[in-house]
Amino acid sequence: MDFLSTHLLSLILFLPTIAALVMFFLPSGETKLLRWFAFSASLIPFVLTLVLWSNFDPDKTGFQFQEIYPWYEALNSSLHLGVDGISVSMVLLTTLLTPLAILASFSVTDRVKPYMMLFLFLETGMLGVFMALDLLIFFVFWEIGLVPMYFLINQWGSANKDYASLKFMIYTMGGSLGLLLGIQMLGVLFGTYDLVALYERWNALDAGAPLLGMTVHTVKTIAFWAFTIAFAIKVPIWPFHTWLPDAHTEAPTAGSMLLAGVLLKLGAYGFLRLVLPFYPLEAKMFAGALAFLAVAAIVFGAFAAYGQTDFKRLVAYSSINHMGFVVLGIAAAAAAAGTADAHIAMNGAVLQMFNHGLSAAGMFFLVGVIYERTHTRNLEEFGGLFPLVPVYGGILIFMSMASLGLPGLNGFVSEFLVVRGAYPVLKIYTAVSMLGLLFTGAYILKGIAKVLHGPVNEHWARGEHKLTEINTREIFVVVPLMVLILVIGIWPAWILEVINKAVVALF
Amino acid sequence: MNFPILSVITFLPFVGAAIMLMVPADRKTEVRGIALATAIIDLLLSAWLYVQYLLGGMTGYQFIETYNWLPALGISLKFGVDGMSAPLVLLTGIVMFTGVLISWGVYDEAHHISAGIQDRPREFFAFLFLLAGGVFGVFVSLDLFMLFFFYEIAVFPMYLLIAIWGWVKTREYAAMKLTLYLFIGSVVALVGALVMYWAQYQNTGVLSFDMLLMEKANFSAAFQYAWFLPVFFGFAVLGGIWPFHNWSPDGHVAAPTAVSMFHAGVLMKLGAFAALRVGVMLLPEGAKQWAWLIMIFAAVAVVYGAYIAFVQPDLKYMIGFSSVSHMGLVMLGISTLNYNGLLGAGIQMFSHGVMTALFFAITGMIYDRSHTRQIPELGGMAKIMPFAAIGFIVGGLVSMGMPGFSGFVAEFPIFMGVWGRQWFVAVVASISIIITAAYIMRNIRKVFFSPLPEKLAEHHLTDITILDKIAITTLCLFMIGIGIFPSMMVPMISKGVENILRLLGGA
Repeated sequence: MDFLSTHLLSLILFLPTIAALVMFFLPSGETKLLRWFAFSASLIPFVLTLVLWSNFDPDKTGFQFQEIYPWYEALNSSLHLGVDGISVSMVLLTTLLTPLAILASFSVTDRVKPYMMLFLFLETGMLGVFMALDLLIFFVFWEIGLVPMYFLINQWGSANKDYASLKFMIYTMGGSLGLLLGIQMLGVLFGTYDLVALYERWNALDAGAPLLGMTVHTVKTIAFWAFTIAFAIKVPIWPFHTWLPDAHTEAPTAGSMLLAGVLLKLGAYGFLRLVLPFYPLEAKMFAGALAFLAVAAIVFGAFAAYGQTDFKRLVAYSSINHMGFVVLGIAAAAAAAGTADAHIAMNGAVLQMFNHGLSAAGMFFLVGVIYERTHTRNLEEFGGLFPLVPVYGGILIFMSMASLGLPGLNGFVSEFLVVRGAYPVLKIYTAVSMLGLLFTGAYILKGIAKVLHGPVNEHWARGEHKLTEINTREIFVVVPLMVLILVIGIWPAWILEVINKAVVALF
Repeated sequence: MNFPILSVITFLPFVGAAIMLMVPADRKTEVRGIALATAIIDLLLSAWLYVQYLLGGMTGYQFIETYNWLPALGISLKFGVDGMSAPLVLLTGIVMFTGVLISWGVYDEAHHISAGIQDRPREFFAFLFLLAGGVFGVFVSLDLFMLFFFYEIAVFPMYLLIAIWGWVKTREYAAMKLTLYLFIGSVVALVGALVMYWAQYQNTGVLSFDMLLMEKANFSAAFQYAWFLPVFFGFAVLGGIWPFHNWSPDGHVAAPTAVSMFHAGVLMKLGAFAALRVGVMLLPEGAKQWAWLIMIFAAVAVVYGAYIAFVQPDLKYMIGFSSVSHMGLVMLGISTLNYNGLLGAGIQMFSHGVMTALFFAITGMIYDRSHTRQIPELGGMAKIMPFAAIGFIVGGLVSMGMPGFSGFVAEFPIFMGVWGRQWFVAVVASISIIITAAYIMRNIRKVFFSPLPEKLAEHHLTDITILDKIAITTLCLFMIGIGIFPSMMVPMISKGVENILRLLGGA
């Protein structure tokens, strides 16, 4: 038990990788064994995360469960892990969604072994970013996560997968170039990569002093934009979002679930962990610009989603729309750092990250369920499916309502908090974003109507095209998401308390 | 008396070559067996040497052996390794071992399969081992004359290996071009070395080629400024430094697989290593004076090499130019003359050696079966040789500097070193990372994962042999091992770097 409590984070982090390596030696023909092995292997980190959550003390400031191991001593970089209230909720989200994504992939029959292995590698990559307290380690995991995702899209994606996967790779790597250079500059300046040490020393720099032949202020502004663009591409914020609809549309269902559910959060998390603490002044200065981009994402995301005829693309654009609220919250918190408004907005932003993870994963899964049966995602070919698949229809409506922000479900809580926090700080932007919310309702209702409503669809009603109801396994995937969505919608305090303490301590 | 391990490592290949030449020419299997046994012994000895140095916490030159050779002129056979050269000795052992494995090949007349070296293997392996012995000699020599002696021994067999066993279309042109380039380079460097020899005699009255004595020869600053350039660039030609690189891709393409592996994996390191040891370490003031010039040339090589690799339709040319780009990184690291840059250069020499050997090995396996290296004509190799596909992907990830692989461990400190000198160069050079990612990913997809072209389907392609798989596994293990545990190599190279910095006067 003692070993468990002192190595909890590294166990959660590396168990999926170990499981993937074990899988390499399992026979590739035994698909059933491989599926269940991957699923149970991904459940262990989830159980450990529950242990982590229950032992996590929200009242303590600073990072908990810290572990530190030597890694690259010549550069003073070590494997320093630790979580605070923000990262612990992201860890929970990741370890929850990964087993669900694996369970959702039981219908994959093509090369099951590498597929499952890539998912487990991906989990380690994502968790590492959330746990890292060392800048170099952060970057290592940030980049590592790209590789399994690239191959998942490239190998198991649909028709246009080559274009989409390469675009995803080059966009994100291009974005992280600035991050890489920024990290190197910090490392050269201070001779350490430890985040806790860097927070203090970087901000203690005299703003007027010369640095690399420029003033500290100029250097910080450039570095701020380098970091911001890297994370903005990942979130993604308009106008850096164009990789996302392609990647989502072509990715296999479970890949989309994790892409929308967790990978997009990495970008937002980068803002919280690196941009705001490192560049508070610059962030305040450019909060308006950030808010503008966020509002653009909200409004254009909603418009674009409304215009789609492909069900999956509609959901993809809705991610841009929803992640816009996260960035709006971050912008508000940057503009009014230290005030109650900032804390409320930031709480909303973090909770929105969690909530969007649940609902986006659910929506992508539901799109996948129907795609597997009909082999089309074209909204024009659907319609009138409700009588054929009533259970599926009910679940789809539930998920859509969560996404729309219906009071009583989770989306409402977080979007309300963001808007409440942002309004006193960024009045006009918030007002415009509310118009965007109107269109959120429009595209979601359009989606439901195009799929479910209308006269009974004869094409899918009988014969070889007969649409079958959602099966038990698929219900098991979606039920945990629905339960959490409902619980957070009715009683958000259990998670908000954890987030709030961390937010107040940080900002 | 201690076991003379360095002489054994160096002269064993010559002995092996001599034994092979005594075996009748038609006993091909026996010849191969002798070659493999020799290579295994050399690999084990060099690995033992490496582990001794690493775990023994050794510093400075170790395992020193001195034998008189021509005392009247102050020439002695003086061997010794430090933290910089011991990894390169290991690298040579690895490339020698894997080179023999993949040259073994299979011959099946019924299916028109002829992989590896089937034509006169006896002479081939004898020349290859002559080359290997020369390379070992350069890495362990502490006597400038002996360094030249072994340097020429290493270059000369290249001519025969390429001209006799090379690719029919360009082998004579390429062999001639390569040999002329390298001889001109080494003559220029030799003139510089002789001048140093006399200047030392005038300064100190000591008549010796011993490099440890030359370090203390008190060359005047003006002397160093004048003679650094010929010495450094004379050797750097073999390191493939831009603008003297263009013998290198031609040589790669024309050479048989194992020779390409040696050429890119080890010989190019020979140039960079000799330029470092003779140029930078013996003429430190000259290095400081001209570092800016090397930095410009290296930065051009890094970006230009990547661009040219991007547009190559021939797989081997692509790897050849990517070698120019990656060796540019080594030169870039050397040109910083600071701790991080030199450390990165040392790791990059090893990492690139292993990576490019792997690339050439796999390219050879593909070419032997498909008889084409044109990327547009290839496809579907992942189904035929899945193991090779995994190997190529690992190599590709190392090449693009993905964290978790040795390429990142090497490139990151190089860029940090450049930040310490001139941040602008770091920004420009980092563009190569994206270009590299683009061409590597594009080519992996095309060669391994696109549908098998009809023309190739008629060939009844076969999977690679078990020996090929052992070679691929060996190479991959080193790249992943160092990527995950940098402490397998970094402390050692760090010792070598400290020695260089001491000569540079702590700059």
